[in-house]
Amino acid sequence: MNKLRDRLRDRLLLGLCVFLLVSPAISFFVWMLSLAFKNEVDNLAYPPIFIPSPPTLSNFVKVFDSGPFFQYLLNSIMVSGTATVVALLIGVPAGYGVARLKARKLLMVILIARMTPAISFLIPLFTLFQALGLTGTLAPVIITHLVITVPIMVYIVSGYFETLPMELEEAAVVDGCSPWQRFRHIALPLARPGITVAGILAFIFSWNNFIFGAVLAGRETRTLPVAIYNVLTFEQIAWGPLAAAALLVTLPVLILTLLIQKEIVGGLTAGGVKGG
Amino acid sequence: MRKPSPFLWFILPAVVVITCVIVFPWMFTLWMSLFDWKIGSKATFAGLGNYADLLTNARFLESIAHTLIFTTLAVVAPLVLGTAAALVFNQQFAWRGFWRGAFVLPMMATPVAIALVWVMMFHPQQGVLNYLLSLVGIGPSEWVYSPKLAILCLVMVDVWQWTPLVMLIVLGGLASLPTDPFEAAYMEGASRWQTFRYVTRPLLMPFILVAAVVRLIDALKTFDTIYVITQGGPGTSTETINIYLYLQAFSFYQIGKSSAVVVVFFVLVVALSMLLFWLRERSKYYE
Repeated sequence: MNKLRDRLRDRLLLGLCVFLLVSPAISFFVWMLSLAFKNEVDNLAYPPIFIPSPPTLSNFVKVFDSGPFFQYLLNSIMVSGTATVVALLIGVPAGYGVARLKARKLLMVILIARMTPAISFLIPLFTLFQALGLTGTLAPVIITHLVITVPIMVYIVSGYFETLPMELEEAAVVDGCSPWQRFRHIALPLARPGITVAGILAFIFSWNNFIFGAVLAGRETRTLPVAIYNVLTFEQIAWGPLAAAALLVTLPVLILTLLIQKEIVGGLTAGGVKGG
Repeated sequence: MRKPSPFLWFILPAVVVITCVIVFPWMFTLWMSLFDWKIGSKATFAGLGNYADLLTNARFLESIAHTLIFTTLAVVAPLVLGTAAALVFNQQFAWRGFWRGAFVLPMMATPVAIALVWVMMFHPQQGVLNYLLSLVGIGPSEWVYSPKLAILCLVMVDVWQWTPLVMLIVLGGLASLPTDPFEAAYMEGASRWQTFRYVTRPLLMPFILVAAVVRLIDALKTFDTIYVITQGGPGTSTETINIYLYLQAFSFYQIGKSSAVVVVFFVLVVALSMLLFWLRERSKYYE
């Protein structure tokens, strides 16, 4: 009887702990939702109104009306998409090479790059792009985003290749496969899960990046995080539309995280990596 | 001569790109830190003059102090909370994957977006935080509008955002621990606290220190949330090195001076990381 009571007490305690841990995260995002779906009067009411009644979409309409939101969305997709694809094209073979050559020195460079503040990449590249006359195009933004995507890719993918069993590849060598064939037909298909996670993480961290776009992008080439920041400072937009814009920017990332949280968790623990 | 390994061809493109976007900027920064150069004017060689100027620059020295205060708090608090969270998420319970996903959301969400929402929550008149304080009978706070509290508010945001990363690293560590010591502790009749204190904690220490290094690097480099929420204000009360650097470089275009700041900043990051790596090696030694 006592044992049962102890078990019950333990379960309750555990439930309480879980509740305490997740409530700051959950209540924050719930409040964000609430702000995005309330009209302005309700958003500024005190005491605050928690549940929008009735919920309104007018904030989202305002976001789309107030500026070239689709242009910025397109910019973000172009920048993060291109930077991720380039990282896949060059980072996956490099990760394989690093794993097979045991070239830890290249990983050391990546680790030090991780320690370097983003601005130290920006000063030289900013000066260079000015000299080359590239400012005002998307190219500088895309190129600097490689600073985020390529290291993540090489780091996670090389770790993944290292865990693959060597027997299959050794058999392929005996059968006369070239290194490229070994990579293309044996290692690459096996490493697909690791590559997918690395690609998703690279895309998310590039998508989330603010500072590169803030410095390098012109009015036409802003990415979404830069665009919503500028809306706040220069146009003094109301709370509802601002929350709606913030929600739109981060929603794809939130959904992706919840859908494939298991894989993302694995990828993140493998490297402790974050971009920028 | 030995024939170069064919695997070098796999690495080559990445080496070229990394050289262009990562190694070239390092060299350029180091070189530029020796020049007095503002964009639009001519660069003149200044030797170590930029570094000498920094030593007497009160605003820069103050920014180092802010950075160290912010970093200490934003490393220690997530380490404690993240380790506790990992112990909880290591248990079995319903919907564990989902709750863990929810817990991780703050670190995955777009920092600018969440910072904007924090700005609204910190608002002294209409902000929801003051309302929550009033519910427990505490008077309204100025939050980020108070020079004294601002840095603590930014720490709070950072802890909220990055405790999940510590949790993930420590959770990975917990999964890899051997089971024998725990069985032995159980057989010996150790209490839960004793098991944690004398078995779990020492075994986890290497992982906690890895988390500490990662957290340290990120905390020192924090930019987005500080820039969006306070821009270094009120006054310069939350101006960290990174914010100071940004203003020098991209509001005043002092390329030479800010390159010197970058070098000093970089040395600081590497030195503190090495310190923690050294602690990690020591913690292994005592295993």
